[in-house]
Amino acid sequence: MVCNKDPEVAMHVPDGFLDAPTSLVTAAVAAVGIGLALKGARRELDDRTAPLAGLVATFVFATQMLNFPVAGGTSGHLMGGALAAVLVGPYTGLLCLTVVLVVQSLLFADGGITALGTNVVLMGLLTVVGGYAVFRAAQLVLPKRLSMVAPAAALGGIASVVLSAAAFVVLYAVGGVVPIPFDTLLAAMVGVHVVIGIGEAVITFLVVSSIVAVRPDLVHGARRVVAVRELETRLAVSP
Amino acid sequence: MRTVSNRTVLVVGLLVALTLAGVVSFYASGSPDGLNRVAVDLGFASAEQASAAEGGPLAGYETVGIDNGRWSGGLAGVLGCLLVLGCSWLLFGAHKRTPALARTKGE
Repeated sequence: MVCNKDPEVAMHVPDGFLDAPTSLVTAAVAAVGIGLALKGARRELDDRTAPLAGLVATFVFATQMLNFPVAGGTSGHLMGGALAAVLVGPYTGLLCLTVVLVVQSLLFADGGITALGTNVVLMGLLTVVGGYAVFRAAQLVLPKRLSMVAPAAALGGIASVVLSAAAFVVLYAVGGVVPIPFDTLLAAMVGVHVVIGIGEAVITFLVVSSIVAVRPDLVHGARRVVAVRELETRLAVSP
Repeated sequence: MRTVSNRTVLVVGLLVALTLAGVVSFYASGSPDGLNRVAVDLGFASAEQASAAEGGPLAGYETVGIDNGRWSGGLAGVLGCLLVLGCSWLLFGAHKRTPALARTKGE
């Protein structure tokens, strides 16, 4: 097959990089993750958040078209896993990313079809779980204020991109078609994705802080803080 | 105290997404992304195989039959947004919940 070098095809793993057994395993892991997410999302979704989840998926799709330049003639774009997890919850967030990745793969030829499971694992499952875990950890350390939700989300954003890049290197070590030394690939992938992760952090910060500013009650990751604030207000009003 | 309704958040958010995909995407960087760059530098880019979806009408974020890059890419982006919105709207059962959306307006 001819190597297709469409510059707009971005970040997603194409067909051919990983061998068939590895792709089958990642597809199985992706399927299990989606199954768990379908169950868990029922608890996250209600009348207000279901339409918002649709909007989050759409926004992630749109933003993934916007490659921003990073050093040395390289570009990157938002992955959006941490963003989606903070806005609508990790289970729903994974479903958002899955819808985006399936549409991109089947209709836009962005990310391979045999690599779809790999992309759901790397750009969905790991960015959502890793990004959300770092977000929650940051929330525990940072002051419990609404103004801290967006910075915590930004930390989740950069961590999720680096984690995803490192996980690709591990998958490549297992099932990469062309042999590349592990250390060399790890250094190259993590190096460029730290810079891309800064972009991820900036976009995640801007979007989360915008929604927190107008409707903090709609932001899944702000729920605990909103609850604390309302309790404090109530206590202050009626001692 | 709330001044921004659910509906406003959704409509403004959707307009922003459509603008990004339909207009701003034309100005996105065309440089190879992180993974492609590493694949080229380290010499495994040649392992890439064309996706079976390559012949589709929206493949590569271009609309088949439209030569103007701005319109071709913009239309593909808008159609993609609407498709993602439709799929996720059905998946999350938002179509069953929209009456509630109207009720909580201006709450």
